[in-house]
Amino acid sequence: MTTNKHLLTKIIGIVTIVFLVFPLILIVVTSFGTEPTISFPIKGFTFAWYANIFSQDSFTQGFITSVVIALLASLASALVGLPAAYALTRGETKFSHFLESVFLAPVMVPEVVLGFSLYSSLVIYARFPLFLSLLFGHFLICMPYTIRLLIGGLEQFDSSIEEASWVLGTSRLSGFFKMVLPNISTSIISGFLLSFINSFNNIPVSVFLSGANVNMLPTSILNYLQNNYDPTVSAISTCLMLLTLIFMLMAEKKLGLKSLIN
Amino acid sequence: MMVLPTFSSSEDSANSYFGFLSNQQNQLVILRTVSIALVSTFIIVLLGIPTSIWLSKLSGFKKTFLLTLVVFPILTNSVVRNYAWITILGNSGILNNLLKFLHIINSPLSFLYTDGSIIAGIVYLFLPIMIITLIGESEKLDPELDNAALMLGTRPAKIFWKVTIPQLTTGIITGVTLVFVGALTAYTTPQILGGNQRLVMSTLLYQQAMTLGNWQAASVIATIMIVIALFVTFLLRKFQKKVDKRKTL
Repeated sequence: MTTNKHLLTKIIGIVTIVFLVFPLILIVVTSFGTEPTISFPIKGFTFAWYANIFSQDSFTQGFITSVVIALLASLASALVGLPAAYALTRGETKFSHFLESVFLAPVMVPEVVLGFSLYSSLVIYARFPLFLSLLFGHFLICMPYTIRLLIGGLEQFDSSIEEASWVLGTSRLSGFFKMVLPNISTSIISGFLLSFINSFNNIPVSVFLSGANVNMLPTSILNYLQNNYDPTVSAISTCLMLLTLIFMLMAEKKLGLKSLIN
Repeated sequence: MMVLPTFSSSEDSANSYFGFLSNQQNQLVILRTVSIALVSTFIIVLLGIPTSIWLSKLSGFKKTFLLTLVVFPILTNSVVRNYAWITILGNSGILNNLLKFLHIINSPLSFLYTDGSIIAGIVYLFLPIMIITLIGESEKLDPELDNAALMLGTRPAKIFWKVTIPQLTTGIITGVTLVFVGALTAYTTPQILGGNQRLVMSTLLYQQAMTLGNWQAASVIATIMIVIALFVTFLLRKFQKKVDKRKTL
């Protein structure tokens, strides 16, 4: 009967989920071992590797830089994206289609190529400061997420409420702030959260645009991995996973998890 | 649409393209990149489709919990996700320890820094994306169609191929586009799990640009990558439109 087929999908499904989750659990376990190399099973139990994270300047600096850049880039993309999305959903000209493609263009470009192009054009050719170029790169990364979610939210929003307020005498600007914004706040927040985490996690762009004083956390971990083979990376990975968990809980409390699944 | 990325300094002339492409090492890199992407995509399709079908049939807490487990890796840093494979495939990692424990080997085998380890990493990275892409369509699967086919005498296996899968083709093609292009252009995975011995296009690009300062070669690689990515996306989208036309009953 069909139970055979169902059984097969169930088996593959369970195996796949285990396959996805097991390696992450592995990392958490290896972060506590006393051996100076990454090994499993672990011998002994220690928090030493966690303490070691803080002794690494590149990690602490990198974390701060990553957070700052992610915040600024997400904020910038929200500030630019909001008016842009509003304009795009109101006007239906050929130009707005083109503009929409422009805003979503970074998705079409491989991130490595984006990183390289920005590096060679902004940093080398135009002599821009590294931090600004990095910020711009992350801004480009965040834009598509913000724009997509904002357009989605605006399209679901019933604009007749807004038009009603105009008829009743509210100016367009104040109508925007009082009517539109509160109703799409979910989209704004989820756009911001999604931008933040994708900027924080980004590697290909950051790896091209890092340098002497500008250090992102994922890049620092990468560099550390090249020369060291100890469980400190497990420890900081576990910390990052904890951050992801907190992030997901925040998103769940405010918006429900479905908002993250496009 | 390509307004922003045409910042890439095009110091390259037609000559440098010929020079680059006729180099055997470079051809090898391109070949490796494409084959890794193909194999990874194939595995992901094999594992992803049944999983999303199974998940779509669940309900309630179980479903939400499992879906959360699938989404969690997507939001986790890719350094972490690739590093996990170092703990598995490394010299004192779990795989080697298991083989030693079973007395199959005496000294550790090097699983890392091979094409296989890159494939493992890429599958691990993009599988959740495939599942999430498919889950929406899987939920729309009509069990009545399955029952109808069953009553008409079709064997279950054939039902899967002729009834279930065709309903999912749009989602499958979307997923394949995302995964294949992602696998083609991924950087972190081949860097961590392939190292400098096994270069793919993205790591070659990095090496040429940052380690060797060879801007021309880097620009060439970058342009080739964009072209391939766009071309594949375009092809798959056309294929999707054709399939969609056939689907409208």
